[in-house]
Amino acid sequence: MIDRDQVLHVAKLARLRLDDAEVETMAGELSGILEHVDRISDLDLEGVEATSHVVQLENVFRADVPWTSLPPKVALASAPEPFDGAFRVPSPQAPVD
Amino acid sequence: MADLLDLTVAEAAAKIAAGEVSAEEYGAAWRAAAAGDDLNAYLWTADEGAGETDWTGAGESAPPGAGEETPYGANPAAPADSGPLGGVPIAIKDIFTTQGIPTTAGSKILEGYRPPYTATAVRKLTAAGARVLGKTNMDEFAMGSSNENSAYGPVRNPWDRDRVPGGSSGGSAAVVAGGLAPAALGTDTGGSIRQPASLCGIVGLKPTYGAISRFGMIAFASSLDQCGPLTRDVADAALLLGVMEGKDPLDATSVGLDGAIALPTREDLSGLRFGVPKEIGEAALDAGVRAVFEATIARIEELGGEIAEVALPHAEHGISAYYVIAPAEASSNLARYDGVRYGQRVAGDEDLVTMYEETRAQGFGAEVKRRVMLGTYALSSGYYDAYYGQAQKVRTRIAGDFDAAFAEVDFVVTPTSPSVAFGLGEKTADPLAMYLNDFFTVPMSLAGIPAISIPAGLAAPEGAAAGAPGLPVGFQIAAPAFGEQKLLEAAHALEGALDFAAAAGDAAPWRGGARA
Repeated sequence: MIDRDQVLHVAKLARLRLDDAEVETMAGELSGILEHVDRISDLDLEGVEATSHVVQLENVFRADVPWTSLPPKVALASAPEPFDGAFRVPSPQAPVD
Repeated sequence: MADLLDLTVAEAAAKIAAGEVSAEEYGAAWRAAAAGDDLNAYLWTADEGAGETDWTGAGESAPPGAGEETPYGANPAAPADSGPLGGVPIAIKDIFTTQGIPTTAGSKILEGYRPPYTATAVRKLTAAGARVLGKTNMDEFAMGSSNENSAYGPVRNPWDRDRVPGGSSGGSAAVVAGGLAPAALGTDTGGSIRQPASLCGIVGLKPTYGAISRFGMIAFASSLDQCGPLTRDVADAALLLGVMEGKDPLDATSVGLDGAIALPTREDLSGLRFGVPKEIGEAALDAGVRAVFEATIARIEELGGEIAEVALPHAEHGISAYYVIAPAEASSNLARYDGVRYGQRVAGDEDLVTMYEETRAQGFGAEVKRRVMLGTYALSSGYYDAYYGQAQKVRTRIAGDFDAAFAEVDFVVTPTSPSVAFGLGEKTADPLAMYLNDFFTVPMSLAGIPAISIPAGLAAPEGAAAGAPGLPVGFQIAAPAFGEQKLLEAAHALEGALDFAAAAGDAAPWRGGARA
């Protein structure tokens, strides 16, 4: 049901690099799971409300007052590559495709 | 020493408060027990000899942000000395952030991560006098039903070390069952508290969605995730729930429970109606589990409870809906693991996107990748309505089934898991077979209602030789949203009549049976 090209497309969307063996396995496993999941596609649910959340959410307002922020050294303490008060990353300029 | 470890949390807290037991001695006894973990159930334990007030890192170097103001309020340097849990150490699933204490969520991508703040549920426990005893192993990002998806190796079931403890809160269930903690905190998205509690012969409570704050609980599927206690008995579950529940300004989806949770005292079930879904008749269920379920139903009647048949016609589609909704939400939540702000990074020399892809490829395990792929596919252009939209409508139908049932009965009861604990490696080759472990627990998660699993008896594994030792079987009781007090009362009454501890006898691992 899901072929190699679809797996590679979805992997790209998900920012996951899969090796060749993983692509094969993934195609088989996702197909099997989706075949089971597909049972719900036959249900007649025309007009049924979708439940995105079980709690009746209301908009929550709070006073717009300044609050202590996480101190920069704390926020940066867990970063793989903190640099001069910021998070350093490789250049995004290289071609994506 | 053994006497101290035999106390329930409620008993220990009462004795400590009354001065009959020393908090230092009690805490030290549990730290020694935890340090003897031979189930791979802990990923971090408070070192022996740690000062009682040093809850942050037990002798480790000062954590980042210790004692500082954060956007979430002040991070206390020390917890309260007294309170309803004064002096009681509690094991915490490694999915809760704990300031300065390593927090991995069972994933390699968070190896070495020390969060700058503590989850609200944990802060409430420590503010009530509890101490963090250790962080427990789990399926990576709570994705799994056997604890075999942990990047740090599987947890062993204390009843039988060649079997799984269930998951994803497998470490939390194993430490309580194995006598390595008096109680533990877990999380449940589709059964991750109830199923391991069932497989390990302890009590596991998944409260109503929103009862306890999710702040600081590493997100898997945000519309389903809910934390709760894993304990030796129902009273302890009530005690911990009462401490942790409440609306939290830091979690806009938290609601809390209206009014305090009292320790349950009920001893009979007269006037209460228990609904048995008629679909259980055809459900795939081990014979031994079915026998324990039916015996428990008979016990409910002996206690004065009334049994009625109810229908949950859409529950059979729960697994399908769940395995669309949960991966979809997970694929979004896990986008944050990009190797930039925290966690591991795999150097991508060429460019940013390569760094993301390499980091995630090496940081995530197979099940997490599978679910991220499944979720991304279900949300992708052209498939959204067919999968995600349809699954959300099924969710509405399942919630409607429960509404209709609760118009007739007070509770809906089912087996917690279709089988007893299965062997390590037995189901890892077939993801779908693993997912079907959640058949009885997922519908309550989708409906957002509270459900508890209590140990109801022992059954030999399917196909085992005659005379094979029995393994625990859980009994699940579900109640309408925010019906926790009534649920706990009924579970307490049934627990007393079942007397699982007596039935298990010396086989119970916390008695040293399996440990001998």
